Amino acid sequence: MIRFAGLRKTFGSKRVLDGLDLEIRTGETMAVIGQSGSGKSVLLKLLIGILAPDAGSIEIDGTDVAPLRGDARQAVTRKFGMLFQAAALFDSMTVAQNVAFGLERYERLTPAEIAARVTDCLEKVGLRGIEGLMPHELSGGMRKRVGLARAIAYRPEIILYDEPSTGIDPIRADAINELILLLQREMGVTSVVITHDMVSAAKVADRIAMLYEGRIVACGTPAEIERSPNAVVQQFIHGRAEGPIRNW
Amino acid sequence: MARLPGTAYARNFLIQLGEIAELGGRTFRNFLRRPWEGRNFLQQLDEIGARTLPVVSLTAAFGGLVFGLQMYGGFHRYIGAGSEAYGGPVISLGLCKELIPILVGLMVAGRVGSSMAAEIGTMRITEQVDALFSLGADPNRYLVVPRTAAAFLMLPCLTLYGDLIGIIFGAIYNVGIMGVNGTIYVRNTLQYLQFWDVASGLVKAAVFGIIIAVVGCWQGLKAEGGAEGVGRATTRTVVIASISILIVNFFMSKFLPG
Repeated sequence: MIRFAGLRKTFGSKRVLDGLDLEIRTGETMAVIGQSGSGKSVLLKLLIGILAPDAGSIEIDGTDVAPLRGDARQAVTRKFGMLFQAAALFDSMTVAQNVAFGLERYERLTPAEIAARVTDCLEKVGLRGIEGLMPHELSGGMRKRVGLARAIAYRPEIILYDEPSTGIDPIRADAINELILLLQREMGVTSVVITHDMVSAAKVADRIAMLYEGRIVACGTPAEIERSPNAVVQQFIHGRAEGPIRNW
Repeated sequence: MARLPGTAYARNFLIQLGEIAELGGRTFRNFLRRPWEGRNFLQQLDEIGARTLPVVSLTAAFGGLVFGLQMYGGFHRYIGAGSEAYGGPVISLGLCKELIPILVGLMVAGRVGSSMAAEIGTMRITEQVDALFSLGADPNRYLVVPRTAAAFLMLPCLTLYGDLIGIIFGAIYNVGIMGVNGTIYVRNTLQYLQFWDVASGLVKAAVFGIIIAVVGCWQGLKAEGGAEGVGRATTRTVVIASISILIVNFFMSKFLPG
C-alpha cells in the first residue's frame, strides 16, 4: 500500500502539490490524470525519491519513506522500476547495457545470468536481437519498450509509468498499454500510470485519480470517473476548452 | 524598503558559491566511499588526459617559443649581447610555475569542462540523471566523482608534459634559431631550476583540475530549459572556470612557498 498524506511541494513561487492525499492499494494499477504541468510527474519523482517533499508523508507498506536518506533510501528505491516520459535511455550505452544497468547494481549476478535476464526482459516487451543497438538507432516506440525492459529487469514491486503513451502514434501507444496490462498480469506488481491520455487511463487502470490545483479532486474506477459529477473532471475527460479549468 | 545596489548580485553570488561548496563537499565525501565507478574513472582519464595531449602539445610548444623569444629580446636589449644564455632558467621558471599550469588549465576548461557541462546537462534535461538515481546509481558518485578524480590526477600530468615541451621549444628558439651557446644555456637551466619550481606548478594544476570538474558538473547538473540551457551551462563553465583559475593562480603564487 502506498499512501500520500498532506503532500506539499513548491518550486520557487509555484505551489505544485498543495496537501495531496491518495492511497494506492497493493497490486492495483492507479492512473493519475491531470493537465500538463499539474504536478503528475513531480508526484512520481517524490515517490521514487528523486525529489523531497516540503511537507507531508509518503508511506510504503506503513513506513514513511520521505525522510529516508542514503542506504535506507536506496533500499526503498530498489522497490521501484520507472519508465520515463522519453524513456531516458543512456545515450552512450547499448540497449543491453541500458537494460543491465539496474541489474548490475541491485543484484549479484554473473555476466551470463545478466545477459540471459536482459534477453528475457527484451522478449517480454516484444523486442529481439537489438541488444547491440544504440538508443539513437531506435524508434520512439522501441525506446519506450527498452525503457520498460530496463525498469522491470530487476523485478521491482512497483512500476511507475510517466506518460507512457505520449510522443508515439496511437497504435504504438496501444501496444504499450497492452504491455502494461501484460506485465500487471504476469508480475502482479503495483503500477502507477501518469497520463493525460484518457483512452490509455481507461484501458490500463483499476482506478483513476484526477490531480487538479495540487490536490486529488476525484478518485474511482474508470466508470465512476466517467460518471463523476465534478465539473473539473468532466471538462478534462471530455477535453473541453470551456469549463472551470481556465489556466490552459 | 529600497535595496542597496548590487545586493541581488551579491546574494546570487553567495548562493552559487554555496552550491559549488556543497557539491565539492559531497564529491569529496563520496570519493572516500566504496564502491568506485572504476570504468567511468578510466574513461575520464582517457578523455581528460590522452585526448587533451595534442592541444597541450601545441599550446606548450608555442608558449615555450614565445617565452623564449621575449626572454632573448629582453636579455639582449637590457643586459647585452652574450647574456641571452642566462635566459634558460628564467624561461623554465616562468613556464613551470605560471605559464604552463595556466595554459593547461584554460585549455582543459575549454575542451573538457565545457564537454562535462554539455554531457551532464543533456543527461539532466533528458531525465537520464533521474534514471541513474532510479536504477541505484547516485548521480554524484556516478558522474561527478570520477570526473573530479580524473581531472585532479591528469592536470598535473598534462602540466608536467607541457613543462617539458615548453622548455624544449624555449631552448629550440634560443639555441637552435638564435644561436645562443647551448652548453651554457642548458647548464644554467639545470643549475637554477629547482624541484619546487616544477612542483608548485603541479600543485596548482591539481587545484585547477578540481575547479574545472566541479564547475563543469555543477553547471551540467543545474542545466534547464532544453538546448539553450545546455548551451548556457557550457558557456558559463568556461567563463567561471577560467576566471577562477586566474584568481586562484594569483593567490597560490602568492602563498605557495618558493
